[in-house]
Amino acid sequence: MKVFRIIGRSFRDAFKSVFRNFSLSMASILCATITLLVVSVSLVIAGNVEDVTKNLEKELTIVVYLEKTATKDDVDFLKSSIEAMNEVEKITYKSKEEWKNEMSEYDSSYSSLFDNYNENPLLDSFVVYVKKVDSLDSVTNEIKKMDKIESASYGKDAVTTIVSVFDFVEKATLIIVIALIFVTAFLITNTIKLTIYSRRNEIEIMRLVGSSNTAIKMPFVIEGFVIGFLGSIIPIILTIYGYIIAYERLNGHVYVELIKLASPYNFVFYISFIIMALGSLIGMFGSLLAVRKYLKI
Amino acid sequence: MKFIELKNVNKTYSTGVCALADLSVEIEKGEFVFVIGHTASGKSTFIKMLYREEKPTKGSVIVGGINVAKLRNGRVYKLRRKIGVVFQDFKLLPKLTVYENVAFALECLGVSSKEIRPKVMKAIEIVGLKEKVRSFPNQLSGGEQQRVCIARAIVNEPKLLICDEPTGNLDPDTSKEIMKVIDNINKDLKTTVIMATHDKEIVNRMKKRVLLIEHGVLTGDYLKGSYKSHESV
Repeated sequence: MKVFRIIGRSFRDAFKSVFRNFSLSMASILCATITLLVVSVSLVIAGNVEDVTKNLEKELTIVVYLEKTATKDDVDFLKSSIEAMNEVEKITYKSKEEWKNEMSEYDSSYSSLFDNYNENPLLDSFVVYVKKVDSLDSVTNEIKKMDKIESASYGKDAVTTIVSVFDFVEKATLIIVIALIFVTAFLITNTIKLTIYSRRNEIEIMRLVGSSNTAIKMPFVIEGFVIGFLGSIIPIILTIYGYIIAYERLNGHVYVELIKLASPYNFVFYISFIIMALGSLIGMFGSLLAVRKYLKI
Repeated sequence: MKFIELKNVNKTYSTGVCALADLSVEIEKGEFVFVIGHTASGKSTFIKMLYREEKPTKGSVIVGGINVAKLRNGRVYKLRRKIGVVFQDFKLLPKLTVYENVAFALECLGVSSKEIRPKVMKAIEIVGLKEKVRSFPNQLSGGEQQRVCIARAIVNEPKLLICDEPTGNLDPDTSKEIMKVIDNINKDLKTTVIMATHDKEIVNRMKKRVLLIEHGVLTGDYLKGSYKSHESV
């Protein structure tokens, strides 16, 4: 019973003191709001960079041309052996007839060109999608070793550059986000420390009258949680509405169709959850650290 | 076993200052003891050791059966619940009323609000502040604020009341009133009182046991003593 009374009292006191020490609480809440807003924006950017990278990586494929002499059985055999490779996501086949029809439809001059030949001069082909970009090279080499393969390529130089650029951008955004989270933690913790510093007498009296350390910490930790939580509300609202509006205004992509923005619905809620959790947890631990200072002898 | 027992207590601060040297003293339940000495004589360290605000470097401090020297930080509250402390600077919470300041001590311990009210009212009555329950500390005189501090210290019915120069900031007449309140608590509630003070007049008038500490050493222990018996202080 006593424990419940202390918990109940902690909640009551935490909310009371947010309002009682309004100007200091407001300073902490505003600090949390501003820093969390910056984290939120960087998370949106980082999330999109990751999304774009993943989408573009999916577009990287190996084009395989078969030798002219390849029979229907060879095609089936090669298709199943490539498909059986662990790194391969999927494989599509396009026969030389399909190529010919497609090209003739695209431009009629091709069809007159094809008429000069007795038989179709084109080659049967596969388009191979790999699960991970780093396996493009090894899969291409494996395919090259197979019989009846005329050529297999994935545009080595361009792809290597693209992959390393993506890799760099992804890592850089991740580092920035982590650094910002640390800065946020530092700033929020320090403003909460100020709030608690102004109430060190209260802590001292609580200790003197025989409150256990846990009972002293609890209202402050809850208060930190409330401050962090309140501080995350505005960044969350701005993230949700801001991103949805930006997404609609930009028609879902930036500059070119290729750089698609992440679909807003799950994305913004995911980020909102992170922001809320960050704010609340930093608030809680910030308070805990600050109070602990006054509980040592 | 005595209620308070200090054996060969030494206290040296991290700065190298020796505050207490080989101090041994015993105090019975229900006693009223003055602790006197010059500024920086070690009397504050002695007082602080009783409620574990300081730990001895050597020796043992036993208060109500608890060995304070070995008490872990997380367990200090168990000792504090048996002790009431009154300070020179009152240490009241400015945003709480008289009633709330006194009730705060019980709320911190998780006492139910049903039990809090009668206990708080009784404590406020003992110190004679019934008419001021709704006042805030800044609306009270120094003496009244000290009474609130005393009410807060005794509301949990402690076995020991520690007073660290409670009349230091008060005029002689108010000091007299405060001493009367503390004396009554000692007599009526049988609470052991240990008081550090500089106030010659009070010590001389009350004729209680006096411990004299000089340069960290207990140089005098006088039953019904007074400043007169050691004018040098």
